[in-house]
Amino acid sequence: MDAIRTEALTKHYTVGFWRPRPYLALDGLTMQVGTGEVFGFLGPNGAGKTTTLKLLMQLIYPTSGRAEILGKPVGDVGVKRRIGYLPEQPYFYDYLTAEELLHYFAAIFGYAPTERRVRVAALLDEVGIGAERRLPLRKFSKGMLQRVGIAQALINEPEVVFLDEPMSGLDPLGRREIRQLILRLRDRGCTVFFSSHVLADAETLCSRVAILANGRLVTAGRLSEMLAFQVRGWELVVNGLTETALARAQQCRLVTRATRLAEGRYALELPLSPPPERTLAELVGQGAALVSLTPMRDTLEDFFVRQVSGAQPSRLSESA
Amino acid sequence: MRVIGHVAVNVFKESVRDKVLYNLLVFAALLISASYLIGQLTAGQDVKIIKDLGLASISVFGLLIAVFIGIGLVWKEVERRSIYTLLSKPMRRQEFLLGKYFGLVLTLVINVAVMTAAYYAVLAYMQAVSPPNLRASWPAPATDPALLKAIALIMLELMLVTAIALLFSTFSTPFLSAMLTTAVWVIGHFNQDLRDYGATIPSPLAAAIARGVYYVIPNFAAFDVKLQVVHAQSVPLRYIGLTTAYGFTYIALVLLAAAIVFSKRDFK
Repeated sequence: MDAIRTEALTKHYTVGFWRPRPYLALDGLTMQVGTGEVFGFLGPNGAGKTTTLKLLMQLIYPTSGRAEILGKPVGDVGVKRRIGYLPEQPYFYDYLTAEELLHYFAAIFGYAPTERRVRVAALLDEVGIGAERRLPLRKFSKGMLQRVGIAQALINEPEVVFLDEPMSGLDPLGRREIRQLILRLRDRGCTVFFSSHVLADAETLCSRVAILANGRLVTAGRLSEMLAFQVRGWELVVNGLTETALARAQQCRLVTRATRLAEGRYALELPLSPPPERTLAELVGQGAALVSLTPMRDTLEDFFVRQVSGAQPSRLSESA
Repeated sequence: MRVIGHVAVNVFKESVRDKVLYNLLVFAALLISASYLIGQLTAGQDVKIIKDLGLASISVFGLLIAVFIGIGLVWKEVERRSIYTLLSKPMRRQEFLLGKYFGLVLTLVINVAVMTAAYYAVLAYMQAVSPPNLRASWPAPATDPALLKAIALIMLELMLVTAIALLFSTFSTPFLSAMLTTAVWVIGHFNQDLRDYGATIPSPLAAAIARGVYYVIPNFAAFDVKLQVVHAQSVPLRYIGLTTAYGFTYIALVLLAAAIVFSKRDFK
């Protein structure tokens, strides 16, 4: 059984007061997420990621199509017992403390008071909220609120967790902690569905990804496989490179751009062809020493632009 | 029911932390200072004035809470997006809505109860310090239990106002909700006139509209027995019973409408 399944899920909003027209927020999304997967839902801002998550949480209703979580239609109260959700830029009742908020949510799940105390304390520890747990949430920074948000999403030991931009507002340390937390969830057998526009997060965590642009699914699969085709060159860093050797390499079009980092040390951009091994052998033969060789991949944005350019439909339908 | 209870308690907690209950201090201060001043100015009529003023204050303070918190009950949750997290928990939208409603009703019940206690304390003091010949001229004792009938109907009226504010809160902004709720409350107090409007004007269309409004808008005047109890006129229990049934029926219908609107709403 799939953890999440959508079939032709579509959401139109109506825009315009005098001349109402449908705006295609999500257009025919069909996808499956297997149980135990860490699934990245990627796309630039406004791609339809949050719309999809809201549809899955039944915060909005689809115009057409359907969605299921754990084999049941979304919105089913029984299913809600088995899932967790972190909205984008979460806001909580700022008159409550972090502890009280989690107690409130745990009570809604029907946890007994003793069980609640244990669970709440453990979760706040897990997300790194220490003594601040007894402060009102209005005193929390954005990053701390994000941690509380993640804690509340896990209050019921969910089988599927939906995280909308979970790294948003976190400092580098916080991001690393949340990455580790997601991996721990995966190890416990939890399905993690997270949306992000940051490619690095997805690359580190996801077993599979779906990429959305302009409300449409562009592609889905393993990110590494998808982007492997999108390597657009290599970055070679060498030491001990003479100016003569560099000029010759540029003449032979082995190097497209060179940036001097220090005396004899250069960062060189190499084209996809000829293979980088050949250029490296050439330069090493002239006394240079290899420091690093890394593929230059497209950013997610670049990838999108290529995927959707030329065929970008207007999301405002004129017909209706 | 359990979920409704948790949401309701949270609404009450919010009103406590937002210092809504501070209005009780204002109420007590108003009542005590008014009773002192009126006692200095009038002779014999002061208890009647205090009874009247006290009931009016309970009504106005309650109304302010019902309208100004009621209109933000749902709107605030949607605007601040706290509803996203809450509705992803195992609850139905109707449970959320009822929890919000009963939370504010709980706040109002506690407010009205404390205000009633302060009211009776002031009246008991007036009874204790008034000379026996003055007390004998009163149509009813200062601490007349019949006043509770008026307070019970004020509470019922507040519950209905809360339901109406909640209904508007499910689809409109606080400003518009406040306007609409207040408009319904004001029109509801002149509802009787709308019914009789047809007899005084020649236009059948205007009469039909007035009659339509009469049936849709609750008759708030029915909940107002302040004048009768202050003047020690009898308010039959049958009247209280029928008005209560009328009030609860209206509340149920308004909450049903709110639930229908809310269940179809997209939280963009």
